Amino acid sequence: MEQFPGLIPYWVIMVLMMMGLYIVIAHGNLIKKIVGLNVFQVSVFLLYITMAKVEGGTAPILAEGIKLYSNPLPHVLILTAIVVGVATTALGLALVVRIHNAYGTIEDEEIDKLEDQT
Amino acid sequence: MVIVAIAIARIHDLFAVVMLTGIFSLLGAAAYVVMDAVDVAFTEAAVGAGASTVLMLGTLALTTSKERPAPAKNVISALIVVVLTGVVLIYGTLDMPIYGDLMAPIHHHVADHYLGGSSAEVGLPNVVTSVLASYRSYDTLGETFVIFTAAAGVLAILGQSRLPRRQHDYEDSEKGMVSSPEKSKGSST
Repeated sequence: MEQFPGLIPYWVIMVLMMMGLYIVIAHGNLIKKIVGLNVFQVSVFLLYITMAKVEGGTAPILAEGIKLYSNPLPHVLILTAIVVGVATTALGLALVVRIHNAYGTIEDEEIDKLEDQT
Repeated sequence: MVIVAIAIARIHDLFAVVMLTGIFSLLGAAAYVVMDAVDVAFTEAAVGAGASTVLMLGTLALTTSKERPAPAKNVISALIVVVLTGVVLIYGTLDMPIYGDLMAPIHHHVADHYLGGSSAEVGLPNVVTSVLASYRSYDTLGETFVIFTAAAGVLAILGQSRLPRRQHDYEDSEKGMVSSPEKSKGSST
């Protein structure tokens, strides 16, 4: 366990990730589920950016007199992922609106009940 | 951020939850700046904290803003699953290189080439931009396709079916939803 303090950022991110997962599993409200997915998503982004960090490095913008930069590749991947994440959120929310129009509720259990009645 | 996440899980007023999600994204953006990812921080603040909050508020306006508390058996089974997964994930991090380690394998594959060669090969000072637009431009092209597909999907879901009930809501939702992919497109470039 000699690397103990160096791993704490990862552990914080894991805790955040699990909170997102908990919100998705435990809550029946569809909007709350999407919020949970967002929390999970942001923690995955944080995980990637944490891996890109170099001790003593600066942002990867080339300049005179700077020798050490953080890794630009994860930054690019996460830039793409953020935008895609918003696109999927938009699609999910559109589905929620559609479900609300069809069933009049966005609670998981009430939708199940309405399904059973028909 | 952990505190905000707990608040998101506990509060049942969805309006407050959406606002807290925006705060969560902003805190994430601040964390990105601390870890040298300034471009990512810009995008997160604009798209994550801005656009998706607007989207969620639009959805709240069209649906309801109260949620019912989760049933107890859901909570217990969810806690068990979450704790188990968390323990496995934390066990997995034990093998990872420590935070900020220059010798980590991730920093010694293509990253060296990007940092060393991009000013000669692409000619831009910002390495993130040259990787995004040049070395991995197919990635970015694919991303644009994804956004287009999402916009088309939103239109297909909300635009087509016109039930007699709540017709005016469809009009609103089209306005709210369609503008969003445009927005995210703008901020991605």
